[in-house]
Amino acid sequence: MSYNMIGGKKVIVFAEQRGGRIHPISYELLGKGREIADRLGAELSSVLLADGMRREDVMELIYYGADSVFLYNHTVFREPDIIQYKHNLVKLIREEKPEVFLFGATHFGRSLGPRVAAALDTGLTADCIDLQVDEDGELVQIRPAFTGNILAYIKTKTRPIMSTVRYKVMQMRERDLTRKGHIIEKDAEISSERSPKFLGKEKESKLNIADAKKIVSGGRGLGTPQGFTLIKEMADSIGAVVGSSRIPVDEGWISKEHQVGFSGNTVKPRLYIACGISGSPQHLAGMRDSEMIIAINTDPSAPIFKFADYGIVGDLYQVLPRLIKEIEKRKANKIE
Amino acid sequence: MDLKTIVLIKQVPDITKVKFDMEKGRIDRSSAEAEINPFDLNALEAAVQVKEKVGGRVLAISMGPPQAISALRDAISRGADDAILIEDKRFAGADTWATSYTLAQAIRKTGDFHLIFCGEKTVDGDTGQVGAEVAEKLNIPHVYYVSKIKNVTVEGITLVSEMDDASYVVESGFPLLVSVTKDVNKPRLPTLREKLRAMKTEVKIWHYEDMSEFLNPEKVGYTGSPTSVHKVIVPKEKERRGRIFKNVDEAIPAILEALERERLI
Repeated sequence: MSYNMIGGKKVIVFAEQRGGRIHPISYELLGKGREIADRLGAELSSVLLADGMRREDVMELIYYGADSVFLYNHTVFREPDIIQYKHNLVKLIREEKPEVFLFGATHFGRSLGPRVAAALDTGLTADCIDLQVDEDGELVQIRPAFTGNILAYIKTKTRPIMSTVRYKVMQMRERDLTRKGHIIEKDAEISSERSPKFLGKEKESKLNIADAKKIVSGGRGLGTPQGFTLIKEMADSIGAVVGSSRIPVDEGWISKEHQVGFSGNTVKPRLYIACGISGSPQHLAGMRDSEMIIAINTDPSAPIFKFADYGIVGDLYQVLPRLIKEIEKRKANKIE
Repeated sequence: MDLKTIVLIKQVPDITKVKFDMEKGRIDRSSAEAEINPFDLNALEAAVQVKEKVGGRVLAISMGPPQAISALRDAISRGADDAILIEDKRFAGADTWATSYTLAQAIRKTGDFHLIFCGEKTVDGDTGQVGAEVAEKLNIPHVYYVSKIKNVTVEGITLVSEMDDASYVVESGFPLLVSVTKDVNKPRLPTLREKLRAMKTEVKIWHYEDMSEFLNPEKVGYTGSPTSVHKVIVPKEKERRGRIFKNVDEAIPAILEALERERLI
């Protein structure tokens, strides 16, 4: 389960790409990875498995904090084929023997990470929101559990220490074009292990609610699917994205990609307006870290009010049109 | 040929009712009733639908304390044919690595199978790791975040898997592990007749000794777990206790002012 350290310590960050574009979570991981590597006196590397990735794009990983990048270019990495990614990562980790290895807690990272950790017989901590090096020089992984109701502090006795890290919680560093580092080109090895076959994409999700700066969400209190017309109008007036609690999604009023909450998307926008949402623990787990929360609900005892910066006890069908009108008025004044 | 399908189930406290002790950093499990992890109900339903379509049997497996037997009875009333509870003090304190090891070894002991279904994650552990770790330990492929089963035959299965950028259509032969999201189906409710049947169906209980030929004692429970929890804190609910208006005429100017101050409009 463990191995002796040979040479200097290493921290490696998995850089995720899809369609040749590096996922921003990779830069966030490098920000945190840099901090940990400096505390441990370790080298920070990144590993990128892709197809036809240009060196100038790979350099971005160095500008954001990596000392070196292991680069694999092969057509097999065009699809999110877990088996091929796993095979090459396991081989690299056995060769490089990092102390710490980090994945982003994206869908892909959460599917790949456990597979790699199990193959290496090492521990993996899921969905971390912070990583700290304690006074004994040990890595402490902090993660929410019980639907976000508790925070667990976790240590790993095997090596590498592996974690998946939640998107949008770690700080990326300033992009530093003067940073130097080297790109190490690696040959991909093709595994003969059986792998599911990719037949194509059903639909590309255009909406990435996790990246939205402002969200206006509707819930059960809308009463009808048409209620989302008003939510959309409110969202458009402030340049926001439309969100939803679980019930409208379950009822088929709106598609799943809009869902905010434990079984949907975790969001942290600058502004979150919850309309007709009572605030179940599942919904709160997905939005309570928003910078400003405004709640509109007819029920004064709705839990959402406890988490709101501003709350209006009232009917969203009366409140929203007035709010929209006032916002439009102010916009018009600004133009004058 | 009939399909043998396994569903992995965990008993969890009802997360909407469970209480957390902020002072002691403890979870008061007695404060809420135990139930099947809500995500696992979708996995079970998927397995039962596969059986209804192509024939076969559904085996529900759970690792947990003796009282988890009720979750397995519930699984039978919702369509599982057989159930095994893996229960032993030696398995306690297992992290995802040791849990998946024990589950994988139990599955080996049950013999050949075609499909394993599991839920996206549990509402208590929240990790979503056990499925893929079981698959790796059994040397079979897995597909995660499955939102739709497009087709299933005795030869293989076609699925829609939600990845970050798109929904991928994926095809695979057996054996295969599939982790489903809540979108995949609407779990059925057990009928009274099924509940009665479940009362009469035997739930097998496997202790350490029953599986010992498959187990390495160093790899189970707390001892076998590479990760351990050093501290738990129950964060003060970040209640904001902001300004709550009962009068809309007062609310609107205050909100507009706040939005302007924060440059949100």
